[in-house]
Amino acid sequence: MDEMHKPSRRAFLRGSAAAAAGSIAGAASAQTADPLITDVQDWASITGVGVDETPYGLPIEYESHVVRRNVEWLTASPISSINFTPIHALEGTITPQGCAFERHHSGAIEMKKDDYRLMINGLVDKPLVFTYADLERFPRENHVYFCECAANTGMEWAGAQLNGVQFTHGMIHNMEYTGVPLRALLNEAGLGAAGDLKDKWVYVEGADASSNGRSIPMEKALDDVLVAFKANGEALRMEHGYPVRLVVPGWEGNMWVKWIRRIEVSDAATESREETSKYTDVMEDGTARKWTWVMDAKSVITSPSPQMPIEHGKGPLVISGLAWSGHGQITRVDVSRDGGITWEPARLGKQGDTKALTRFYLDVDWDGAPMLLQARAMDETGYVQPTKEQLRDARGENSVYHNNCIQTWYVNAEGIAENVEVS
Amino acid sequence: MSKSPNILLPALGVTGIVLGGAYGTMTRSYKADEADIARAQAQAAEARLVSQEEANTDLKSQIALVQDTAKAKIAELEARPATVSLTAPAPMHDGAMGLGREALVEEIAAWDVDVLPDGRGLPAGTGNAFDGEELFADKCAACHGDFAEGVDNWPVLAGGFDTLADEDPVKTVGSYWPHLSTVYDYVYRSMPFGEAGTLTPDETYAIVAYILYSNDLIDDEFELTHVNLGAFEMPNKNGFIIDDRPKAEYAAWSAEPCMSNCKDEVTVTMRSVFLVNTPEDGGSESVMNNATVEGLPSFTSAGASFIPEAEAKVEETVEVAAAAVEEPADEGAALIKAGEKVFKKCKACHAVGDGAKNKSGPQLNALLGRTMGSVDGFKYSNVFKAAYDEGRIWDEASLTEFLAKPKSYMKGTKMSFSGLKKEGDQVAIIAYLNSFLGD
Repeated sequence: MDEMHKPSRRAFLRGSAAAAAGSIAGAASAQTADPLITDVQDWASITGVGVDETPYGLPIEYESHVVRRNVEWLTASPISSINFTPIHALEGTITPQGCAFERHHSGAIEMKKDDYRLMINGLVDKPLVFTYADLERFPRENHVYFCECAANTGMEWAGAQLNGVQFTHGMIHNMEYTGVPLRALLNEAGLGAAGDLKDKWVYVEGADASSNGRSIPMEKALDDVLVAFKANGEALRMEHGYPVRLVVPGWEGNMWVKWIRRIEVSDAATESREETSKYTDVMEDGTARKWTWVMDAKSVITSPSPQMPIEHGKGPLVISGLAWSGHGQITRVDVSRDGGITWEPARLGKQGDTKALTRFYLDVDWDGAPMLLQARAMDETGYVQPTKEQLRDARGENSVYHNNCIQTWYVNAEGIAENVEVS
Repeated sequence: MSKSPNILLPALGVTGIVLGGAYGTMTRSYKADEADIARAQAQAAEARLVSQEEANTDLKSQIALVQDTAKAKIAELEARPATVSLTAPAPMHDGAMGLGREALVEEIAAWDVDVLPDGRGLPAGTGNAFDGEELFADKCAACHGDFAEGVDNWPVLAGGFDTLADEDPVKTVGSYWPHLSTVYDYVYRSMPFGEAGTLTPDETYAIVAYILYSNDLIDDEFELTHVNLGAFEMPNKNGFIIDDRPKAEYAAWSAEPCMSNCKDEVTVTMRSVFLVNTPEDGGSESVMNNATVEGLPSFTSAGASFIPEAEAKVEETVEVAAAAVEEPADEGAALIKAGEKVFKKCKACHAVGDGAKNKSGPQLNALLGRTMGSVDGFKYSNVFKAAYDEGRIWDEASLTEFLAKPKSYMKGTKMSFSGLKKEGDQVAIIAYLNSFLGD
């Protein structure tokens, strides 16, 4: 959509439209020599910026539109709110920290490493307190995982709502975490006191004013949960829980407690506010599912999409998208250009990591006709991403959370894409 | 909460029951229930065992068995091929790292305050709705409304009964929350918003009682205490089922998917409700989309039924672009514009301009020169009521100081905002507010 673009960029595109139209029509035909080639440009003549200029680099100003954005009317206050990753403008799979979505319940806090304490208590042999420096002395692991808010795509239960993949699917990021397996810390405190582990829980809690707390069954706690202190090679950003956050692979983002300060081994789920009144899914008959932790397989085409119209006209077109599953690896993604009548297998950018984003592509020759673009993911369990209709038949429209429906973009003959629902 | 104060016993070497009681006092005198006592007794047995060395080899071997089972479980989980990745997991040291230090009883008491559904973890205390009403008006009503009905987008806490199966369910404490323990736990730890951790147990019991009262679940004389809270039955206690997706959905949605001729025809049934502008200075603006599904092609396996004519382009975009890059007329205007941007931080709670109404904060028209705490119909905190009585006036100096650190300038203000750190932001926002002098 026109509205999706920075005015200045749009103006630039219009300004150069005449020349561009010529080049689309006949890229190979002879035309006036390109002054960008024939004239000596400033950047090819005058020297550039020195190495002392930018101790920590930000994206160049021409990419300043690729930022997290919030939707003000969604929440009462930006302090207890959400913003969205600009997934329409990113490629590959790793999300840079600076534009990875944020969700806070009482705002992001500034805590020094020196002020950080992590307590393990409850049914352990010896309750312990760790400092940040202590955590750095445990053997560590590196894993790439996606973190998706359970409410991602939640608006769409009620039909096509916000026109942009950043807003429909942007409550997700994917980073390489460095951290200590939670089982190593539990083992250090000793689980003998917990007895039979199969009906035990760990309750995890943050140090911020919301003290967001969630209960995690012991089996998961001993499996792949990480107590992480680095993301994408550098320290966590404040807004992602600096200095230490929990990583709960494949499970809803609310459980990835930031600024984690306490882990309690317990014989029951705490049933905190965030696991009863929120993050529970109301079904059509009014009963609600609780403990819906896993994020099921899901995919979406990030380009073309409402914020990424086709601007080059007919011919070669890269359809690019993301797929992920909380149950493991993505094994296959299919793409439809006619609203689900015909499907073509997409090409995976590389073999998907377990519980991490996988990039997929369909490289097509666009004939300039309108399209209804859809993607459909499958994971290693054989699960196939459902349609909106399947989801609504199973759950009604009031679940809020866990909407992993197949998304449709209507792309018109000018290449402009819009969020739609189809029959 | 401490579900297991007993674990400290062996280390401290005191009889379980006695220390259990002492520990309870330290964790705000919570009343240990029978399970806790039973476990404390078991641990006391272990403590005696330690001191008596091999007095009871039978019990000792039982403990060893429990511990071995735990280790075996950990080993089994570690051995499981958790991922298809070829990376090896970090080595385990089985408690032998010697890292960290033992948590002190008073440290655990300070942080371990969560409450379980059966009431374990509740500190001793009592409160009723009569006392709670005043506390609620003072500490909660700015966001949740005097009657827990919710202000703006803030959560509604009362009512909504029998709406969970409706098109728009109203999920309140009364209509939705399954356990009363959760209300106590959340209010005590995380509320009031911007002043978490400042309520006493008695205040918390009173506020929780008022929330029950506003849901017509108790009368105003009902005394809510640590003894009866855990057993209080919430209306929706049976309204939840454990995740049944594996059974209800996964099997049905794991068939080999259709690849061709999956449908005869596809039509667009709904277009995006909102178009979204993404301004250069961040955020987004939602604009109603007036386009209809009329005139869109349908699709068959042969493709689109027709190619619609190009829609009229919105040429004004170019003008907007030109206007956007224009410099403001003068420095004053630039400052006001900068202030407008800073005001985004305030907009959730404050309105300014024509017809501005009170939200969870008072409207800010003609703020400079106005007496503090003087807006009609707004429920001010005591500190602002006092400022009003003293006749204090908002001027540039007082506003700058307040905006820099609201809670230190006005100790006790309900405003949860932490302050504008940059001096430039303070100057800009005052210039912006000063541009609304109308009534």
